Amino acid sequence: MRHHAVLRVISKLMIPLILLFALYVQFHGDFGPGGGFQAGVIFGAGMILYGLIFGVETAGRVVPPGLLRTGIAMGVLLYAGVGVAGLALGGTYLDYNVLAHDPVHGQHLGIFLVELGVFTTVASVMITIFSAFAGRGR
Amino acid sequence: MERLIDISLLAFLAATAVGMVMLRNLFAVAMLSGMYSLLSAGLFVVLDAVDVAFTEAAVGAGITTVLMLGTLALTSSQEKVSAHKTAPALLVVVVTGAALIYSTLDMPAFGDREAPIHRHVAPRYLQETPKEVGVPNVVTAVLASYRGYDTLGETTVIFTAGLGVLLLLGVTRRPKRTDA
Repeated sequence: MRHHAVLRVISKLMIPLILLFALYVQFHGDFGPGGGFQAGVIFGAGMILYGLIFGVETAGRVVPPGLLRTGIAMGVLLYAGVGVAGLALGGTYLDYNVLAHDPVHGQHLGIFLVELGVFTTVASVMITIFSAFAGRGR
Repeated sequence: MERLIDISLLAFLAATAVGMVMLRNLFAVAMLSGMYSLLSAGLFVVLDAVDVAFTEAAVGAGITTVLMLGTLALTSSQEKVSAHKTAPALLVVVVTGAALIYSTLDMPAFGDREAPIHRHVAPRYLQETPKEVGVPNVVTAVLASYRGYDTLGETTVIFTAGLGVLLLLGVTRRPKRTDA
């Protein structure tokens, strides 16, 4: 699709907005609709669009496959690690109340970290699955 | 007005589904399935389930369609005509569908506040979230905090899906280095 000028220009305009919107959905998830999963798939969709228009190799230079494979595991590890941190600080597994001095702050911190973990895994998995399929064709 | 939107969305959904069944060109079917997801996302918006609509629009209409097209590029774009008899399958589908419709007669009416799902833990979540969790979006509080185990399980499912695809398709030959 390298020679489709309209697609290239429009997607160049759209992709930053899509990625920014994903971050908005991620960090505004406490207040509006959205959260880690939604943000992850939107971010993934933005990168997949980039890969569709500019080629999988170019997308692989932006987000290297090794980084994505690390991200797949790191997200789940972060989520499970928050649970273990709760255990270490004297609470139960995935109890966020003990993460900070104040239970409500602990909840905020716990939800932030957990959503970050979901985002990392979901976005990495989506981009990885796309490049696995798309990289197979050549 | 909302009823009109519901009826037109559901009519488009049914038309898309019939189109998917009738068509033999799988590229067209993949695009129609993307449309089906987008229409479902519209229905979720009408039902005030914007979180689900987000997910459906991004995953169902966006990523899944791309993956379907990617798969079709690797295989064939024309559906093979099956030699099987279709009458028994039709019978099974009709009987199952009739049983499902029959069972909906027993369900509480849509939006019924006396429905069991609204009488169990939902009132507690709604009342205690501002005090216990302190985030305005109760959906986030339920997903990430009250039901944190479930979300951990879901994230692990995504992890497993990515791992499975990587093991099956990801470890092909390394791309030849042109600069070496």
